Amino acid sequence: MAKHFISLTVNGVREYVEVPSNMTLLALLRERLGLTGIKDGCSAGECGACTVLMNFEPVNACLTLAVEAEDAVILTVEGLAQDNRLDPVQKAIIDHGATQCGFCTPGILLSARALLDRNPSPSEWEIKDALRGNLCRCTGYVRIIRAIQEAASGGSDDRSL
Amino acid sequence: MTEAYKLPAPIGEKVTRVDALVKVTGEAKFADDFKFGSDLLYGRIVRSPHPHALIERIDAGKALALPGVKAVVTGEDTTNRIGLYLKDRYTFCRDRVRYVGDPVAGVIATSVDIAEAGCKLIEIEYQMLEPVLDPLQGIQEDAPLIHPELGEYPVADFIFPKPGTNISNHFKVRKGDVEGTWSDCEVIVERSFRVPHIQHAPIEPHVAIAQVDHTGRITLWGSSQSPFAQRNLIAESLGISQREVRVISPYVGGGFGSKAGVSMEALAVVMAQAVPGHPVKLRLTREEEFFCAFVRQGLVAKIKVGAANNGKLLAMKTEYYWDAGAYTEYGVNITRAAGYSSTGPYEVPNVWCDSYCVYTNHPVGGPMRGFGMPEIHWGIEQVMDIVAEELQMDKVEFRLKNCLRAGSSTATGSEMHPTGLKECITKSAQAIQWGTEETASAPHKRRGKGVAIMWKAPAMPPNAGSSAWVRFNEDATISLGIGGQELGQGSHTVAAQMAAATLGVPMDWIHISGPLDTEYSPYEWQTVASRLTWSMGNAIVEAAQDAREQILDLVAQQWGEDPQNLDIKDGLVLSYRSEQVLPLQNLVVYGLPKPDGSGWRGGPIIGHGNFMPTYVTSLDVETGQGERAVVHFTTGCQAVDLEVDTETGQIRLLRVASAFDVGRAINPDQVRAQMEGGVVQGASTTILERLQLVDGVPINPSFVDYRIASTVDAPEEIITIIVEVPQDDGPWGARGIGEHSMVPTAPAIANALADALGLRILDLPLTAEKVFFALQEKGGAT
Repeated sequence: MAKHFISLTVNGVREYVEVPSNMTLLALLRERLGLTGIKDGCSAGECGACTVLMNFEPVNACLTLAVEAEDAVILTVEGLAQDNRLDPVQKAIIDHGATQCGFCTPGILLSARALLDRNPSPSEWEIKDALRGNLCRCTGYVRIIRAIQEAASGGSDDRSL
Repeated sequence: MTEAYKLPAPIGEKVTRVDALVKVTGEAKFADDFKFGSDLLYGRIVRSPHPHALIERIDAGKALALPGVKAVVTGEDTTNRIGLYLKDRYTFCRDRVRYVGDPVAGVIATSVDIAEAGCKLIEIEYQMLEPVLDPLQGIQEDAPLIHPELGEYPVADFIFPKPGTNISNHFKVRKGDVEGTWSDCEVIVERSFRVPHIQHAPIEPHVAIAQVDHTGRITLWGSSQSPFAQRNLIAESLGISQREVRVISPYVGGGFGSKAGVSMEALAVVMAQAVPGHPVKLRLTREEEFFCAFVRQGLVAKIKVGAANNGKLLAMKTEYYWDAGAYTEYGVNITRAAGYSSTGPYEVPNVWCDSYCVYTNHPVGGPMRGFGMPEIHWGIEQVMDIVAEELQMDKVEFRLKNCLRAGSSTATGSEMHPTGLKECITKSAQAIQWGTEETASAPHKRRGKGVAIMWKAPAMPPNAGSSAWVRFNEDATISLGIGGQELGQGSHTVAAQMAAATLGVPMDWIHISGPLDTEYSPYEWQTVASRLTWSMGNAIVEAAQDAREQILDLVAQQWGEDPQNLDIKDGLVLSYRSEQVLPLQNLVVYGLPKPDGSGWRGGPIIGHGNFMPTYVTSLDVETGQGERAVVHFTTGCQAVDLEVDTETGQIRLLRVASAFDVGRAINPDQVRAQMEGGVVQGASTTILERLQLVDGVPINPSFVDYRIASTVDAPEEIITIIVEVPQDDGPWGARGIGEHSMVPTAPAIANALADALGLRILDLPLTAEKVFFALQEKGGAT
């Protein structure tokens, strides 16, 4: 298998890595860079648990080759909280009890962050539409949607970690 | 319990989940997140492509010659059969395969890809056998036998296999005189229902990493609802001591029953035994997840109900034929639960039930949220609706008239305990304005309302136990040891609430000790059956009381007082008599210096507690009658308001009201969260889900072909209603709520659909296509 040297920025850190052609972004992040917050639920782009932001757009890391991330800016769940402050979506998910088993939560957080970045005040339908690729088997989605609505409307000020 | 009764903080309060922060930051560790370094090897499984066949020959020569393949294991590497209630399976098949997916060989290699390539090089010759593909076929006398050795299998004393047949359990209820009562009935309704296999589909796939050290000691890391049961069953199957098996399990990414008992974990252990010293990881693919772990059993239900002209139920006869799959080691108890719950939550004087657990050459049936109850209530609650229709009674009124109340005699002749079922019915019906007709949003759409009620008991051995410990740190913060697993249901949070309330300390002083580790964690039977809040909760309260008494005795001695006059509040020991106050810090570890300087008293405080129900009686084999069949029943009701599109058959859930008697809501917000999640999972299984098996071959094992509810499928509104009629032996009166909310969802939707369209669909799921064609057949909507 051919190898490639690539560089990319992950959660604000510049990384230089050698990857085989067939390595997924998911494998690069989880196995090589140790970012296990990102989850693998199906390896086939069906469940959304591995959602990360690549150049501010949500992608299934399991369907993205590592080489495609050359020079990209990647955000994973580990990079959401900054300067000891939670992202408003993280805080709202906690406040609304909108995480249960937590396995889909990292992907949902990133889909929600991307949505709010491009549309700061989404309608309920726009939230549902943005999250339809993120399966959750526990919560029934009700609280997740409510949490994102609250995060969109400013959310809680006390977001200290 | 009266409102005047004051609950100790933080019982009954909305407190934030203790696991929420680590779950939003990505810090929460799941089994596949552990790192094992370069010694790690990977396992893949060669699975049977045939539903029923004898294994004639296995040749692993070419696989073993592949560079990177370290070992191959087969049925010859297994010792004893394994199973929870009936030991009917080998970890790897020995002579016969019984379903498409049955594990035949395991390849251990330096990478997943090499292991996969190795699997393809293993040559296996099969001799085909005729498969059993339906439970009604399986019970025929001339049906092929799937388990000719059934009579030899070790079995729990409340399970009754019939050797020489495909029936691995037959549970009977014979109460009163059913056949003699039909002639007294004004209305008799008889229907047959089918419930297909479905998949739990937790978002986290099963994963197990096993390592066997050179002394033979086994460590298993896994995503597990049942570390202790796995330790026990795996040790038994290997013929070794439980001491030699250690199971470590961190947060579980969804279970719903699929990670209870042993499903795939023993495969990893047998593979690890072939490569001592190396950890071996086995992770199911999403495709395998659909049919190689447990599935929910299929069911054919024949239900006959008779009622008098005054609307009272007189007789009920049920036959449940479970499509239980290739192995029923766990499933046999589902069929038992269906038997003792066979009437649903109704008072019926004459009851007959035959619940048959039938082996088929289908995937392995196992526990799934509700444990048989969603399946049987699907039929029961539709039949009750039809009976009410034929009596021209309001369906809510009919249920209020016939439902169980305190003192009612249940199907097993046991006495029903106090229950808030009537309140659940009334409140959920009110919440959707029962009796008011709604206008559809378009001319080609119809509105409809329906209700369904339910009951469910924790289904488990009569003596399933829990234990707990509390241990203090120097600063009086506490490590709480529990053996129950956090699957998302919120058990860690209620555990911390109960310990804090009992000890008299702030909740944020409590830390749940973890990850769960059979080496250090206290025993817990399994995290199943919605039993933790109640059973583990009792153990936690006892452990906390034990620690509290040790502290009060110590301080009372120090102060020369009676411990009766002392209390702990907000982490301070205080005396109501002398009004002295002492913080817990340090004294809980270092003790206290005697005032006269003659030494010290006390020592590090550890409290322990346990709980095990002692009062569940056996049931008569022939009649199913007994004094107390189960520990208790959680009851509830759901009311559905829906709209259906007559041009597409598509159902849209507008409002679902969900009311359950939880005894006492330790954390009301989490109770509501369980109800919401259950409603949507229930709705998903009602409208979307069916594992399609064609000649035993699953043809839709992916989230594309087997859809589960996404955001756009969730009901517009879910109204949750908490009813609290306390459980006499529950902590603060609590009983479980994890499973129950998906039990009445399917029949409530079907009843609302019948109200909307004037037609009944008796087989799940209610796909748009099925609704559309049913409507065509009927000649349009009424």
